Amino acid sequence: MNHVVFWGTRGSLPVSLTHRDIREKITAALLAANGKAFKTRAQLDEFVDQLPFAINGTFGGSSSCVEIVGDGPAHFICDMGSGARALGQAKIAKYGVPNPQTYHIFISHLHWDHLMGFPYFAPMYYPGNRIVVHGCHPHLEESIRHQMQAPNFPVDYAQAGARIEFDLMTPGKAHYISGINVTPKLQHHAGDSYGYRFESLDRTVVYSTDSEHKLDNPTEYDAFVRFFAKADLVIFDAMYSLAEAVSVKADWGHSSNVVGVELCQAAAAKRLALFHHEPMHDDKQLSRLIAETRRLEQITRGSRQPLDIISAYDGLSVAL
Amino acid sequence: MNLPTREQAGVLIVSVSGRIDHIASEEFTRALEPLLAGCVKGKAALLLDFSAVDYISSAGLRVLMMASRRAKAQQGTFAIAALQPLVQEVFAISRFNLIVPCYASVDAACKVVGA
Ligand SMILES: [Zn+2]
Ligand SMILES: [Zn+2]
Repeated sequence: MNHVVFWGTRGSLPVSLTHRDIREKITAALLAANGKAFKTRAQLDEFVDQLPFAINGTFGGSSSCVEIVGDGPAHFICDMGSGARALGQAKIAKYGVPNPQTYHIFISHLHWDHLMGFPYFAPMYYPGNRIVVHGCHPHLEESIRHQMQAPNFPVDYAQAGARIEFDLMTPGKAHYISGINVTPKLQHHAGDSYGYRFESLDRTVVYSTDSEHKLDNPTEYDAFVRFFAKADLVIFDAMYSLAEAVSVKADWGHSSNVVGVELCQAAAAKRLALFHHEPMHDDKQLSRLIAETRRLEQITRGSRQPLDIISAYDGLSVAL
Repeated sequence: MNLPTREQAGVLIVSVSGRIDHIASEEFTRALEPLLAGCVKGKAALLLDFSAVDYISSAGLRVLMMASRRAKAQQGTFAIAALQPLVQEVFAISRFNLIVPCYASVDAACKVVGA
């Protein structure tokens, strides 16, 4: 496995920037540029690059969709949130239509924000493509068909040109798929969710979203430490603050940055990516979250190796 | 887990010390239990002196939330005081400062929660 591309990182519901958000970014950038002169485009780019991410960028608003770029020709995708639309377009642009591809798609669970991009995933309409949908929910195929049934969607599932197969996986068991060992793990979430551990010869990536951690259950804690063990990257549901996750939003099925840091530290993972961002949070709040999470790692590190912490955003590509 | 207590200004002060990690938090729950049983309406406020605590994990924080919730249900008063700067940061990052009453010092807390 070479790198991971985040196509959708927002939790629960896609969001977009408002005109007010854009205006605020422009105002802040102009304020920072006040009195400066840029003689060349390169100078301007350099200036823009050093602005804070909340001003020169955005975390984006598409719902869960993550691509793991492997060593072979097959494509690996985690979840089909609204980010799957852009991913599908990029694949068509890169490979063209008469160039059949194989897509392995791993579904964490059947909630809408993780499936809604499927009907907009262009490769599904082109004959020759092969799509294998992997998951642990017995109703996986039914759910995907259902969202494309009238009156939910104008194009019926039967119109798909690609060959679509379903693979019901067994949690806790490693499945060898196109050169990668994939192990699903049951997680605490309404209707159950599953995390996936992807292992190639020399790299490990864990995708663990929509997963609540019950802190009074040491057995479960240990099981997650093993699931994350020595991973190069752990993609983690950090939707709530710890205080929310254990009080007002207990049993809502999500986790926090604090628990992500603790589990990754205990598991000796190398990098943690905060994921499934709260739709209520704007770029400033998410920037504060990443800064605080890095600080938490620093003050609780002790004698361990540092844990690298990033916050996923739509369009981010991370080398493994 | 040993939790020495003393009284000051009508407040029951409990000295907590060391690291409250995932393993210690189970013990912490058990040690707090009898103290919380007495944290009811009309009885002394229960104040945890955190000055000797140098680490607290999410599981430890959850124990504090459960304690605070129980005290509230019994109409008792429960608070924490004198967090070390780094522990204070953990409270702020986890937003626990918003759900559990925290005071800068034992004296400051006694002035507010004392009878
Ligand atoms: Zn979700
Ligand atoms: Zn969900």
